[in-house]
Amino acid sequence: MIKVEGLYKYFGHIAAIEDISFQVKKGEIAGFLGPNGSGKTTTMRILTGFFPPTLGKAEVAGYDILKYPLEAKKRIGYFPERSPLYPDKRVKSYIEFVAEVYGLKGKERNKQVDYAINACGLTNVASRLIGNLSKGYRQRVCMAQTIVHNPEVLILDEPTIGLDPEQVVEIRKLIKTLGEDKTVFLSTHILGEVSIICSRIIIISNGHILAEDTTENLTDRLEETSRTSVQIEGPVKDIEDTLKALDEIIDIKRGKEISPKICSFIIESKKEIDIHQTLTSKVTEKNWVIHELRPISLSVEDIFLKIVEEKDRG
Amino acid sequence: MKLWIIFKKEMSSYYNSLIAYIIIAIFLLIAGYFFYTDLLFFVLWAGIDINIGFWEYYFHDIRYFLILLIPILTMRLFAEEKKLGTIELLTTYPLRDIDILLGKFLACFSILFLMLFIVFFYSFFIKAFHVLNWGPVLSGFFGLLLLGCAFMSCGIFLSSITENQIVAAAMTYCTLLAFWFITWNENIGGETLVKALKKISLFDRFYNFSRGLIDIKNILFFLLFIFFFLFLTYISLESRRWKGLKQ
Repeated sequence: MIKVEGLYKYFGHIAAIEDISFQVKKGEIAGFLGPNGSGKTTTMRILTGFFPPTLGKAEVAGYDILKYPLEAKKRIGYFPERSPLYPDKRVKSYIEFVAEVYGLKGKERNKQVDYAINACGLTNVASRLIGNLSKGYRQRVCMAQTIVHNPEVLILDEPTIGLDPEQVVEIRKLIKTLGEDKTVFLSTHILGEVSIICSRIIIISNGHILAEDTTENLTDRLEETSRTSVQIEGPVKDIEDTLKALDEIIDIKRGKEISPKICSFIIESKKEIDIHQTLTSKVTEKNWVIHELRPISLSVEDIFLKIVEEKDRG
Repeated sequence: MKLWIIFKKEMSSYYNSLIAYIIIAIFLLIAGYFFYTDLLFFVLWAGIDINIGFWEYYFHDIRYFLILLIPILTMRLFAEEKKLGTIELLTTYPLRDIDILLGKFLACFSILFLMLFIVFFYSFFIKAFHVLNWGPVLSGFFGLLLLGCAFMSCGIFLSSITENQIVAAAMTYCTLLAFWFITWNENIGGETLVKALKKISLFDRFYNFSRGLIDIKNILFFLLFIFFFLFLTYISLESRRWKGLKQ
């Protein structure tokens, strides 16, 4: 697990992060979300022992990274932002080197190396020079060096950036499997990614943590009303007026016209009320037809913007 | 020992990128050529006392090639890691900075050792045709090894403060040449200054080795020189730790 308390880091007079505290538990995939330059990489570099914080405490896998750096580092798999690698090394021999650095020897080393190469889909390029690989493959090699020693904690700094869509899906799948029995801390500025793989969100902006919670809790907290998208067949004007008159419905917006007779609406209603029933009974009463009915939950984009807005308001 | 893992990695880098082969080949080519011409010179013009004059002359030639070639070996050691960003991974692996530093130093040292070791066998050619006094030969090679290590430690340090390999090499050349020229201009500084400068001039310190004189003071000087620059490198590696520690 990862435990961070009151972390500060100054570069000269510029504060990269200020008073950062959070926790990530075992079996959790936490998304570290924030715009470029918000302090994500700085936090991760402190956690991996690349440099110490100006102030504060960071504990990884039960070891204080400042007091017991070697013990902590043994248990961390780190994927740095630029996925740096040695171009003059061959994939397999590089992974072997990393395994040895982590103290793996003999059969165990070979087993782990094979596992990492397989898990990252590198079997076909195992004997090739890293320098000759494409960006996507290099990213996977970097991923393989992250997991080769079977670390308890994975710290991944933008692991999917620069990959093509198919590879993104693969890497996400891998992270999800790894997250089942490890602690995963993953930074990204792609909002959608978080909702796909993370069970927990930590939002950072300008070096400050704005929110930290599970994805559901955050959505719940920020959603004051529930929204529903609905497609109804019938006279458009009439539908709009009738629905607007209903008590349960706060607001209704006309969306796209699917065909001359079918139109889509977005309905905002009170949170506690089951709007589906009200809608269906009203529509049946008027002899219209419902073509589609689905709730719209807040996207991570909405959450992020709402939180930043909230903070700005004070 | 984690040090050997870094040593192995650096060796495979040296040989995979062909730098080691090229440097060794160039060194052997030049060293062989000068062995031939220096010997020819001594046999034809300088009489026949090969035991004294020839080796001194030859060792002085070899140190020029060391000055020329060693910065090329050392320039990549840290500058490349910084440029590639791999230094970030290397320093977040469970390794101590001292392992990284000594592993790299030893890799470089092993190439220097190999080069000098091969050249050392030239002395058997002479032994085959002439009486050979082993003392000065061994002392000279020992001196060259120390001198080479001194060049290396300086080069490694300068490689650790830049991410540009060319800059690292250029700075190393400048520094090493400065340690060579430092005692040339006797008229400017007066005798006391030159005397003091002679104490820190790598080449003046090497002079006695090439004549077969092993002075403990000179050995200590070289060891101190090597230690000093390796220590600076260590500080430069550690510097990322204390940057930004104060508000």
